[in-house]
Amino acid sequence: MDMNQYLSMFIDESREHLQAMNDNMLALEADPKNVGIVQVIFRSAHTLKGMSATMGFDDVASLTHEMENVLDLVRNSKLEMNSSIIDVLFKSLDALEAMIQDIEAGGTGKADVSSIVAALKSIESGDYVKSGGTSATGAQMSAQRSENLAGALDSYQHSVLVQSLQSGCHALRIEVDLERTCVMKAARAFMVFNLLEQNGEVVKAEPAVEDIEQEKFDFTFAVYFVTRGEPDTLKSMIENISEVESVRVLVLTEQSLNEMFVRTQADAAAQAAAPASAVQETKNEEGIRPKAAGGGAVSRTIRVDIDRLDVLMNLFSELLIDRVRLEQLASEIRRNDLIETIEHMSRVSSDLQNIVMKLRMVPVETVFNRFPRMVRDLAKSLGKKVDLVVTGAETELDRTVIDEIGDPLVHMLRNSVDHGIETVEERLAAGKPETGTVHLRAFHSGNHVFIEIEDDGRGINRDKVLSTAVRKGIVSPEQGAAMKDEEVYLLLFAPGFSTADKISDISGRGVGLDVVKSKIESLGGQVSIQSKPGEGTKFSVQLPLTLSIISALLVRLGNEKYAIPLSSIVETSAIRQDAVRHVHGTPVIDFREGIIPLVSLGELFEVPGYSAEGKTETEIVIVRKGDKMAALMVDEFIGQQEIVLKSLGHYLTNLFAISGATILGDGQVALIVDTNALIK
Amino acid sequence: MKVILFTLANEHYGVEVDKVRTIERMMPLTRVPKTPPFVKGVINLRGVVIPVIDLRGRFNLPESDYTDNTRIIIVAVKDASKQMEVGLIVDSANDVIDIDSDRIEEPPELVGGIRAKYLRGVAKLKDDRLLVLINLEEVLNKSEIVQLEQFEA
Repeated sequence: MDMNQYLSMFIDESREHLQAMNDNMLALEADPKNVGIVQVIFRSAHTLKGMSATMGFDDVASLTHEMENVLDLVRNSKLEMNSSIIDVLFKSLDALEAMIQDIEAGGTGKADVSSIVAALKSIESGDYVKSGGTSATGAQMSAQRSENLAGALDSYQHSVLVQSLQSGCHALRIEVDLERTCVMKAARAFMVFNLLEQNGEVVKAEPAVEDIEQEKFDFTFAVYFVTRGEPDTLKSMIENISEVESVRVLVLTEQSLNEMFVRTQADAAAQAAAPASAVQETKNEEGIRPKAAGGGAVSRTIRVDIDRLDVLMNLFSELLIDRVRLEQLASEIRRNDLIETIEHMSRVSSDLQNIVMKLRMVPVETVFNRFPRMVRDLAKSLGKKVDLVVTGAETELDRTVIDEIGDPLVHMLRNSVDHGIETVEERLAAGKPETGTVHLRAFHSGNHVFIEIEDDGRGINRDKVLSTAVRKGIVSPEQGAAMKDEEVYLLLFAPGFSTADKISDISGRGVGLDVVKSKIESLGGQVSIQSKPGEGTKFSVQLPLTLSIISALLVRLGNEKYAIPLSSIVETSAIRQDAVRHVHGTPVIDFREGIIPLVSLGELFEVPGYSAEGKTETEIVIVRKGDKMAALMVDEFIGQQEIVLKSLGHYLTNLFAISGATILGDGQVALIVDTNALIK
Repeated sequence: MKVILFTLANEHYGVEVDKVRTIERMMPLTRVPKTPPFVKGVINLRGVVIPVIDLRGRFNLPESDYTDNTRIIIVAVKDASKQMEVGLIVDSANDVIDIDSDRIEEPPELVGGIRAKYLRGVAKLKDDRLLVLINLEEVLNKSEIVQLEQFEA
């Protein structure tokens, strides 16, 4: 069987399950007695185990198996969840993640997990349990397990069967004997199970299902089964399967169930918990036996290869060009039915265009979902208490932005936890709650998406920042004194800046924040900081909604068309030739209160056939970089348009004042002017 | 190995088939300012913007007008782990031929004014014609472009 085609599916689904387990573990940490969450984690672990075993990744499967065992004890209330168990489980999740990454990179997923497995095993056997009566419970637990194998029901299974009886189903114990001459026992057993599962729910099997699959039974196996059907019909159906010698069906009553149920001291307490979880289960129609179902809620999505989406986009743009041409031709030929058809086609293709653009939008959740775990680990390692509140995770961003925004956000979050949030003692001394809060928000506004990281920590110390900046020569003392608070905070983004006294593994190397700023700016976004000393800090990131479409002004220079991004344009205007003045040989013009340099794009770009002579009035575009401005002379304004950014590829690099290209409606390529390069 | 045969100034050249993406007719170019003269500009190829160079200019041969036979050969090369696609303007391109790897000889020092480093070798075809195999990596070598730019500036 060729595993490769399933490999990418396996990786994707494993990742989903690991993510789900991580999220649920965090929820469990906040609510350790919630057996329902343990159920969900158990299901994910079980599915992961099955998948990895099928794909032959034995180490993954065996680690997950050990996790399953521990989770099983917890959900049967034989073990109480505590923080050391949670830590071991988190470690296991990390190990699993590393193994999956290895598999994705083409490795075998083998890893030395013996220490984690040993830890899990010792939890299982009770050495880890810290509550009173540890070794006693431990002994009881192992006794319990061996008794389970002998045919008794544990509390969970018992309560499930009792509940089903009470809701009007039949609870049966079915014993199946296979013919002595049967060679493929596992296959026959599988057929029996198949039949059973079509008619109800299997609660428990003796021996365990894994053992049956591996034919570790003589010729008889038994099943505890719940069904709404009639026991006799079921009996004859099973007998009809070939190589089944005989079937014994025992209808269970509540009384017989209670006799089979072995009670121990630990279970007395479990009794209270079991009905609670059982009630939760019966609310869910098929939730009696944790099924290896990947998603309880069937979501109607399919995975699409990103490259295919790109091809779709490109083909679609070509279609648009043809559409424009057809519209032109239609107006020339002037046939009514042709015009109507083309109008209809235009409407349809506009709708298509919107949908194709939306395809590229992905919820930020995919980036945000690893943050809670990261914040938790970070806070723990620093000995702080931090709560991460995420809002607006369903906000959508263009997928190219999503790919790039992760790292900057990680850095800013780490900053908040490391530098912003104070230690527990400091917070209590300041009268704040001992757990710090970091808010991570995402929301749309206008044509932009905003992502905010706000903490209620110690805020930014303006003087400390200024003194470091002065010390590193980033600003002079006079400049610093004249700066507003926001400007001082922005100094944090200057290259080489760091106020940390020690460089920790986490932050303080002075490399991070300036890379963050340039990354965000390269995505067409902006970042700003607000802070109140003693109260907290807020990082605000503003990103364009779609990366690859920008608004631009098309201008003509000679015979060539160029696009100037609207975001850099302050104003368009026209000036008279005699209004141009010269300062040190540089042409300048008056603008608002001061003067700004005048740039002749036609000369700069050496446009063939361009001549500045003989014009009394010239069109100009006033562009801005930060607080500096310049006026660009052009021949004509063609108009404002939304253009799709196209990269010029890797051959043409280091182009002067050109940041990319776009394809116009008529198929021509127009170059996009990088106005930042024109302003010194 | 199989090579695409193309002509340039009445001589035959070849480039390996596996490096060629597609061969297109001449189409409108958009000039890119401040590039070496042999970089003629960019084209729109089915929604992708691809830079185009004129091989005559690259080889310092006199340029000539484009005819109906002029073609753009789109090649793909790897430069420092990045895939680059570039179009090469040639006088004509219309054949694929098989060459014996052993029949490729070292290029003589001066071959019609083209510096030898752009050539991988010379092969004799069955009908006694000479085919010059070009070295794409050298032809598309960007460090030279940078030097040229600095020289001009």
